[in-house]
Amino acid sequence: MSEEVIKTEGLTKIFNKHLTAVDHINFSVKQGEIFGFLGPNGAGKTTTINMLITILKPTEGKASVLGFDIAKQDDSVRNVIGLVPQEYTADEDLTGLENLLLCADLYGISRNVAKERAADLLKLVELTDFKDKRVQTYSGGMRRRLELACGLINRPKVLFLDEPTLGLDVQTRTATWEYIRRLKKEFGMTLFMTTHYLEEADALCDRVAIIDHGKIVVVGSPEELKRSLGGDLITLAIKENKDVSELIQKVEHVKEVRKEDGAYRIKAELGEIAAPFIIEALRKKGYTVTRLSLTEPTLNEVYLEHTGKSMRDAEESREANFSRRVTMRRARGG
Amino acid sequence: MSEMNHNSKSKLHGIWALTNRELKKWYKEPVLFLLSMIQPIIWMGLLGKSMNISALIPTNIPGLDAKIIMEQTFGTGDYFSFMAVGMIGMTALFTTMFSGMSIVWDRRLGFLNKVLSTPVSRAVIIFSKVLSAALRSMFQAGIVILIAVAFGLQFGANFSLLNILGVFAILFLLCVGLSSLFIALTIRSTRMETPMAVMNLINLPMMFASNAFYPAKLMPDWLQTFVKVNPLSYTNDAVRQLLIFNTDWAQLAWDFTYVGIFAAIVATIGIVLSWRFLSK
Repeated sequence: MSEEVIKTEGLTKIFNKHLTAVDHINFSVKQGEIFGFLGPNGAGKTTTINMLITILKPTEGKASVLGFDIAKQDDSVRNVIGLVPQEYTADEDLTGLENLLLCADLYGISRNVAKERAADLLKLVELTDFKDKRVQTYSGGMRRRLELACGLINRPKVLFLDEPTLGLDVQTRTATWEYIRRLKKEFGMTLFMTTHYLEEADALCDRVAIIDHGKIVVVGSPEELKRSLGGDLITLAIKENKDVSELIQKVEHVKEVRKEDGAYRIKAELGEIAAPFIIEALRKKGYTVTRLSLTEPTLNEVYLEHTGKSMRDAEESREANFSRRVTMRRARGG
Repeated sequence: MSEMNHNSKSKLHGIWALTNRELKKWYKEPVLFLLSMIQPIIWMGLLGKSMNISALIPTNIPGLDAKIIMEQTFGTGDYFSFMAVGMIGMTALFTTMFSGMSIVWDRRLGFLNKVLSTPVSRAVIIFSKVLSAALRSMFQAGIVILIAVAFGLQFGANFSLLNILGVFAILFLLCVGLSSLFIALTIRSTRMETPMAVMNLINLPMMFASNAFYPAKLMPDWLQTFVKVNPLSYTNDAVRQLLIFNTDWAQLAWDFTYVGIFAAIVATIGIVLSWRFLSK
């Protein structure tokens, strides 16, 4: 089997002849990694996933999953992938187990095999005790885990997760990441996920592609991306009303100084070492440092660097909005 | 890929799972089910029983026989029996319209996308909706017949239990046609308002421009044209032939042919359109 599990070449989707949702993107996902698409709502993440899972046909370009062309061999693709959608698709009126068996039926898995697998998966996501309860009574985290189990019923080689923790509170989100890691370890799958949560991409993904307005702006591991920014960020203010940019620039490890709103934003390779030197250098010249903060770069800074703006929520269609609201409401167990 | 071998699949796999999913929502909710029965009971009980049409015909004029006039107009001496059959058709019409709604819900809640990412055939996705609507309508129609009997439906001279099978057969054809039509009309819409408007636009005219309550031959010519192309009229007539009339076999055969052709054409168009839309 090829190293590259997913590969796209100039993949493009244009809706209604003028709305370019995904614009000639090229990337590849390696066997066994968790690859994340990070971007704001409306950046083209879900459209990309929908093309890869053969729900949408690309307007231009091509893509393959495990060597199968998504447009020409769509049936073969569907057999080897699993999907954990953004929405809660489990039927509220059915029990957890019934939902899993329904998923199994969609893959044509025989009842006996399905029951065995369902029991294993329920155990894995710790829903065994709730398997005969209606999904209506589940909390957001439980619903999410059930969706995970559903996505795995056909033992997929590639699992697609669309915003896997949308609307969940921080604790449930962290717990869900743990389940995702565990499932990946158990089944040795390749994971492709989308998210607009920076921490999620950082915590979960081996590699991240930042996507904005349908284009990939940068790809790399979260570490690489953060390191490429050139180190840590020091923010500093002095009492005196004078420009000391040049003075700071001369300090060792300092790479870049910018003066913004009376404060200095300093990029330094090793922030924790550079900071004392900067204070020292300023004091020697008689300046008083009134405030200093040191931040390690997050993916937000990476995002900012490459798109020139902070993650923003773009205008969404009525439909997307509705399904998002429903998802959020259910996530809160409402 | 050896693992795939025990996923034994036919082209039709998943059809029962998806159909049963729809049906479960209904039979697991007895309240919903009972509510859906109230409407035909009200129509039959209030309208059917209050419109005592045979009482309109004066009895004191010599040579005027109410029974003969009723027979000539409605084909049966009992108006209630005539309109009760119309209610069976109406039940089928109102039940099938929900098949269009349910696909919009599935789209909005993400279930449709989930199913589309599985190896289930696109045609099966559509057909399971059609099938569940048809099964549901047939069951409800059966209940309506029972209620009608309890209210005093008068069976025709050559009625036998076998005729009931014929009733279900024609209702199945009608429901397949109608729900394919509703699905094809609504599959593109992403909001609930659209299918609602479409249903309202189609349902009532379709019911009144048929022979559900009144025989077509007494309607103005322009209205008769509509009644004559309306598949509901042929279904109503077939059910009447089977239940309450002295069966005219040639007419019955023609009713079946018409509704059968309607179902085949609309189902084909509906499934092809939906399929194309689902694999855009």
